[in-house]
Amino acid sequence: MKIIERFEVPYYQYLNEDSVMADEKPALVDDVSALIKLYELMVLVRVMDAKAVALQRTGKLGTYPSTRGQEAVFVGMGHAMAKSDVFIPYYRDIGALIQRGMSLTQILLYWGGDERGNCFTPDCEDFPFSVPVGSQPLHATGVAYAIKYHHQSRAVLAVCGDGATSQGDFYEAMNVAGAWHLPVVFIVCNNQWAISVPRGVQTAAQTLAQKAIAAGFVGEQVDGNDVIAVQHRTAEALKQAREKHEPRLLEMVCYRQHDHTTADDASRYEPKHLREQEWRKEPVGRLRVYLEKIGAWSEAKEQALLAACAQQVDAAVAEYVSITRQPLTAMFDSLYATLPEIYQPQREILANLEKASHG
Amino acid sequence: MAEITLVEAINLALAHEMQADPEVVVLGEDVGKDGGVFRATVGLLEKFGKERVLDTPLAESMIGGLAVGMAAQGMKPVAEFQFMGFIYPAFDQIVNHAARMRNRTRGRITCPVVFRTPFGAGIHAPEHHSESTEAFFAHTPGLRVVIPSSPARAYGLLLAAIRDPDPVIFLEPSRLYRYAKQDVVDDGVALPLDVCFTLRTGTDVTLVTWGAMVKETMAVAEALHEQGVSAEVIDVATIKPLDFETILASVEKTGRCVVIHEAPLSCGVGAEIIAQVAEKALFALKAPPERVTGFDTIVPYARLEKFYLPSEQRILDAVHRVMEYA
Repeated sequence: MKIIERFEVPYYQYLNEDSVMADEKPALVDDVSALIKLYELMVLVRVMDAKAVALQRTGKLGTYPSTRGQEAVFVGMGHAMAKSDVFIPYYRDIGALIQRGMSLTQILLYWGGDERGNCFTPDCEDFPFSVPVGSQPLHATGVAYAIKYHHQSRAVLAVCGDGATSQGDFYEAMNVAGAWHLPVVFIVCNNQWAISVPRGVQTAAQTLAQKAIAAGFVGEQVDGNDVIAVQHRTAEALKQAREKHEPRLLEMVCYRQHDHTTADDASRYEPKHLREQEWRKEPVGRLRVYLEKIGAWSEAKEQALLAACAQQVDAAVAEYVSITRQPLTAMFDSLYATLPEIYQPQREILANLEKASHG
Repeated sequence: MAEITLVEAINLALAHEMQADPEVVVLGEDVGKDGGVFRATVGLLEKFGKERVLDTPLAESMIGGLAVGMAAQGMKPVAEFQFMGFIYPAFDQIVNHAARMRNRTRGRITCPVVFRTPFGAGIHAPEHHSESTEAFFAHTPGLRVVIPSSPARAYGLLLAAIRDPDPVIFLEPSRLYRYAKQDVVDDGVALPLDVCFTLRTGTDVTLVTWGAMVKETMAVAEALHEQGVSAEVIDVATIKPLDFETILASVEKTGRCVVIHEAPLSCGVGAEIIAQVAEKALFALKAPPERVTGFDTIVPYARLEKFYLPSEQRILDAVHRVMEYA
């Protein structure tokens, strides 16, 4: 017997759970204004998230998947992306999407049951939320192929959850990305839970990052509660993708500090102490303590930020509730480029229903 | 002008559109060097290079999802699945994504993909190589389902499918791939989608069919002519969206309707056609409509498949039954 190959899975963390910065750290750490920006975004996401849950509880929003505890993962990756890159989200990634041009109002529209929430900005190439779990990394490979085909210096970033790594599509996407050297970065937000099934039941693999190895490229594990590590490793991976067409897989290790969605009740399966235990590592407070330590943050700034976030979120809610529903004929109006003749009578039924409802 | 087979017409249309539009690419298993298992893509790799003729890893869902991503960036992928029995891993990508992307984004992202696959029985192929499950796709809002039945229609309809701004399931009757040759001019002229083609006009009975069954149906129409029965033959060609107006006009004229398809009877596209005939032409009917179809069973292996497929005799018998009504 001889060993023909050995593989390694690196782990990255710069700011630990006690808010102590590692000696070896990325240049981002010296850019205090960037750190403050990351902090402000995480706070905005947390305030927005709590409001969305509250709106659902009071019947003003549909089922909503909370992003609580995972703010660093999405804010960090969104911050690392160039505007010209393409983002392929799953559905918990509002921290990235608000940096890509999706408004808070659109987030509420989507989860409030209105397709217009997916419109983002007119020239935006980012994909809408992908609810069928694990299907979207394949779209990223197609977009990445097109980028390469068109000789552009851009990259694609696709996100999925830990449960999605059990899907065949996840492997198929990584396999073709490796085989064809596509400019794509896959990120797994490992929040430890796929609804009720914990990470350890999902797979016997020691890490999710190692799943890249079989596809022929690097997989890294990153402390998903450390926004600096998330931002830095994502930026590095995107750079490799853009410049060298090397795909990469990043496993962001974090914890879901909420039920799966507002329709879920995690007390049925989640050991109570676990969430409390993991809360010690949560990303927002961790960065705040660090910023305070370096004199870049204060209680007064905190209060001002919270007030500004609340105001921004309240304005979005006010706009959301004031937006009237789409006309009933909208059901047909984006189905095809031109609606085929045979469906016109059905559209007409809806047009008449619309008239009657205003009658 | 040259006499070519249906599969050669597919190749001709692909080559024409790849020449005309650099965003058109072909992808699938063995489509490159091998030219496809039926040779539909033969020669394309040599002509257009490996960036545009992509031998994919062996994963059908990947082919579907990859095409969705390419199309979102303005490319026009033509994805080949080797047989219809292997398209199902991509069903999620086609139904949940390709068919819905325009609607989901209110037109911001579109999906102009052609998903090509040979379909149907009668070529003595192994298990899973003889499916005709067009109804699965015909039931899905947002898709087009197009089925040629001759070399000329294969050429013209495939051009139209590639140029269409929405996803098209393009089903090629493998039984007809090399059945007959026809003069096809490589003039880049597409045929219209969403319309039926009336292949033969008649006054006594309307025969509605598509794909490989056009062959038997046309033979039956000829036999009927010799028996003094004038049959009109409609090749539906676009199964979804259905051009019912053409069928309706014909049934109103003849008062008799027989639908022939090789897919199983229940919930086949024939059921939709007969339902619409009942809704819109009941009082024009002189006889109950009939369906002559494959059976509600799994398409058998090679030794029994010819007994599964609707035969000319079964079609003839059905027409004789509807003709018994005055």
